[in-house]
Order: sequence, then structure tokens, then C-alpha cells
Amino acid sequence: MSAVAVESAGLWRAALRSPAVLVGGMLSLAIVVLAAVSLVWTPYPIDGVAIGARFAPPSWTHWLGTDHFGRDLASMIMVGARTSIAVALVAVGVGVVLGVPLGLAAAAVRGSAIDEVIMRGNDLVFAFPALVIAILITAVFGPGAVNAIIAIGIFNIPVFARLARGAALSLWTREFVMAARLAGKGRALISVEHVLPNIANTLIVQATIQFSLGILADAGLAYVGLGAQPPIPSWGRMLAEAQTMIALAPHVAIVPGLAIVLTVLGLNLLGDGLRDLFDPRLRGVRR
Amino acid sequence: MTAFLFQRALSFAISVVVASLVVFVVLEVVPGDPAAFMLGLNAAPDTVAALREQLGLDAPVWMRYLGWIGGIFTGELGTSYTYRVPVAELIAARLWVSVPLAAYALTLSTLIAFPVGILAAARRGSAVDAGVMGGTQLGIAVPNFWFAMLLVLVFSVTLRWFSAGGFPGWDAGAFEGLRALTLPAIALALPQAAILARVMRSALLDTLEEDYIRTARAKGLTRGQALWRHAVRNALIPVLTILGLQFSFLLAGAIIIENVFFLPGLGRLVFQAISARDLIVVRSVVMLLVIAVILVNFLVEIAYSLVDPRLGRRV
Repeated sequence: MSAVAVESAGLWRAALRSPAVLVGGMLSLAIVVLAAVSLVWTPYPIDGVAIGARFAPPSWTHWLGTDHFGRDLASMIMVGARTSIAVALVAVGVGVVLGVPLGLAAAAVRGSAIDEVIMRGNDLVFAFPALVIAILITAVFGPGAVNAIIAIGIFNIPVFARLARGAALSLWTREFVMAARLAGKGRALISVEHVLPNIANTLIVQATIQFSLGILADAGLAYVGLGAQPPIPSWGRMLAEAQTMIALAPHVAIVPGLAIVLTVLGLNLLGDGLRDLFDPRLRGVRR
Repeated sequence: MTAFLFQRALSFAISVVVASLVVFVVLEVVPGDPAAFMLGLNAAPDTVAALREQLGLDAPVWMRYLGWIGGIFTGELGTSYTYRVPVAELIAARLWVSVPLAAYALTLSTLIAFPVGILAAARRGSAVDAGVMGGTQLGIAVPNFWFAMLLVLVFSVTLRWFSAGGFPGWDAGAFEGLRALTLPAIALALPQAAILARVMRSALLDTLEEDYIRTARAKGLTRGQALWRHAVRNALIPVLTILGLQFSFLLAGAIIIENVFFLPGLGRLVFQAISARDLIVVRSVVMLLVIAVILVNFLVEIAYSLVDPRLGRRV
């Protein structure tokens, strides 16, 4: 067996022994499966208005109850998961695709004017919280799920750029990178062939955390009306609509909130667990 | 140190200028004709022309930018198109709700996080520690606006201890004002406290492994004495940094929470301005929020270099 195979077999065994990875992984997987299943099947159609069945508490016919239009909350949660996952996932993608190359480039030309410009640019973006970016975009282009993706995605860019730069900097002093430079490889090629694979684990952990932050941010934006618009179901909008009826039917407000909490909790546990797995120094040490 | 301060101050000034350019371009240049944008599609041409003149839109873009920036220093931010009052007045009135709310939440989260983090670190590996770690993991996952709704359900709807929203104004007395801000502040503070408690715990665990703690223990101090006399003070450095960096999340959280409780703060103002397409209000509120974030990060860096002088010298 090659060294890589041995290491990955060890990782798998360690992953199966880590409660954080197991619980977090199962929770995250459950939400993704629910979202995927909703593409072909939901217990009830989500556009079916049944005023007679409105505000029904959880029961055998409606597992999570119904809302003010008599719509099945379980079906709404399943379809809403799609929106949340799509927004958060694409936003993480934006952060990775734009942030990581910037960070790698900055590290490759450390101390140069390019490095300085990239890092100061990152500082500038950090001054705009995702909510403020969303406010700016919405003020001009109107609300929508795409705006939420752009706002959260822009916020993610400096996160990944800083992380990639920091992790890459320490690699540039290592022998195998020196050897590659002596062999005549250019900085760009070294960044892709030698640096990137070695910081991939760190990036995966951060992507999991940004994914969970993205779910929270998407819910917040949708709640204040800056995210996905009706008729697209989203957890944040469900909460906004439930707010005025909270005294009448508390379950309408409790259910979408629980969906958000379980998703974010699952992703955070998975992220923490993966970090401990990838960093052998942390194995068995709870921080 | 002076050179460091100067360099940071310069960097702060440049950040503010570039950020203001971004805000100006997005809100004033991208929409094409801001007057037509604000009035909507069905506006009569002479109404648009009148608003153009009122907003000074016939001047070149760079003059309008300089006029706006100059106005930020003199407090002349223009007149709101929907409220028909000076924007500076509008913002000043709303700050009396938003700033106390943020300060209240920050105080609460610090008061909760510090003891909890210290307790967890002191009893590392115990049931208390496990409870704190589990509780904070949950606290981080809870959206603050949903938590706010649960607080309303329990303390307003069921127990009737607090009102479900609204703000009586400070004229009704400091007690009534603080009472109206209590549930919103708790909703904002708990998720922040969860993060802060984890940072406090992990910073303490780091310092507890330092040589000077071992020396202190060797001198005969108990674990608790060493923790209080030496570790807590040193652990404060990373904690304060995180506290500063969390500020932008607190700000964003406050804007959302104000909407849950119908508080007349900056958050409500900016959302009302967005739906009314009142760009005059939006640009100044957004700029204020951005300046606040940049300023807090600047102050954190200065504070950091004061606590740890090596950071000031290295630059």
C-alpha cells in the first residue's frame, strides 16, 4: 500500500471513531439528502393552500404541522433546505475560487507591492459585513437569492485569501518547495503543484465553517427581506412570516429555526472534527 | 511606536476613503440617474428634473462625491427624500437606540463569557467543561433573530414580563428604555457570548501551558491562584482582539434584531429607506456602519500594540 493510501485509511478509521465527525457528518448529510429528495418528492405540494388545515400542530398527517396557508411545514423545510444549501454553497465557491488564488499569489510574491495590494484589498472588503454588502446591492438592484449569494460570497473572499496566504507562507520556506525552485519551476506552478495540495485540508475545514456561516447569513438576509423572494421557500422567510403568528401557532416559528440550528450545528461539528483529524497534534486534545 | 501609530492612522484614512468611493459608486453611479431611480418608472419628467436639481445631480460626479465627503465632516448629509428632514438629524435620533443596544449587548456578552470561559478552563475535562463546550456549540448555531423570537414567545407572550417590541423613548425614563432593550440585548449577546467564552477558554488553556505558570505553581501557588494572578491577564490579549473583530457581527446582528423588536434604530431606518428607494439615507447609514467597523479594527490594533509593544516595533 502506498503511503498516501495508508494515511487515508488511518484518517477514515479515525473519522469513524470521532463523535464530532460522525454526528456532524450525519446531520449535514441528512439535510443534503432532504434537499435532494425534495427535487422529486415532498410529502405535500408546497403551493397547495388549504385554509381549513391551517395552523395544524405536528401530527401523523402533517409531521411538523402546517402554516397560516395550511401548507405542510415538513415539505416547506425540505424545499427551503435547497435554497439555503444552494446560497451557502455557491457563496463558499465564490470565496474559494477568488480568495484562494489571491492568497496563493500574495504568498508567492511575499513582501512585494502585489502582496501589499492584495492584503489591503482584503482589509477593505472586511470593512463591509455581508449584511452591509447585501444592503448596498439590494438598494440598487432589489432583493433576491442571487444578491444574497454575491453578498456572502464577497465576504468569503478575504477569509479564504488570508487563510491561503498564511498557510502558504510557511510552506515557501520548506525544503520541497526550495527543491522545486532549484529545479526551475515558476512560482505559479509551485503554488499549484506543491503549495495548494498541502493547504487543502486547512481550506476544507474553513469551507465547512464558512458553509455553516453562510446558512446563518442566508437565513438572516431572507428574514429581513434581502434574500430569496416568494414564492421560493426559504427558512429565513418562513421565520419572518411566522413572527406575527408566534402567539397563535408557536410551532410555525419553532420548526424553521430548529432546521437552521441543526444544519449549522452539524456543519460546525463536522468542521471541528475534521480540523482535529487533519491536525494530528490536536487528536485527542479538546480545545 | 510613533511611526507605527502614523502608519496605522494613514491606513485607516485610506481605508475610509476607498470604502466611501465604493459606497458612492454603487449608490450614485451604478443606478444611472439616481433621481429617476428613486422616483420609479411612472414619475413625471418635471418631477424627476426637480429632484435632480434638489439633489444637485447636474454637477459633475467628482464634485458630488467631494460634496458628500465634505458633508460627512460638517454633518450636512442632505435631506431625506421620504422623511423630508435632514439625514443627519434622522441618523442622530436613531443612534440613541442603536448605540445603547450594542453597548448593552456587548456588556452582557462580556459578563457572561468571561466567567464561563474561565470556569471551563479551570475545570478542563470536567463535566462543567463539557457542558460549557456543548452549550457554546449550540449558542453559535442559533440565529440571533430566531432566539429573539423565542424570547418574545416566553417572556412577552407567555410570562408578560417584557413588551414584545417597540421603544418608549428615553423620555419615558432610563428604566423603561433599558427594559425595552433587554430582550433584544440578550438575543444579541448570547451567540456572541458563546464565541467569546470559547476564545477565553482556549486562550487560558494556552497560557496555562506557559513556563511562568509552572514557575508560579512551583512557588507554591495553587492552580486557581496561578490562573487568576497570571493566566487570566495574559489570556485577555487574544480575547480583546476577538471582541473587536466580533464588532461587525454585533453591528449586523443589531440591524436584524431591531427588525424583530420594531426598535426605531439605524437598522429599521436603512430597511425603510431601501424600500422607499431613499438612496440619500442609505448611503450615509451604510457609510456610518463601514466607518464604525474600520474604526474599531483600527482601535483594536492600537490597543493590541499597547498591550504587546513588540507588535508596534515589528512594523
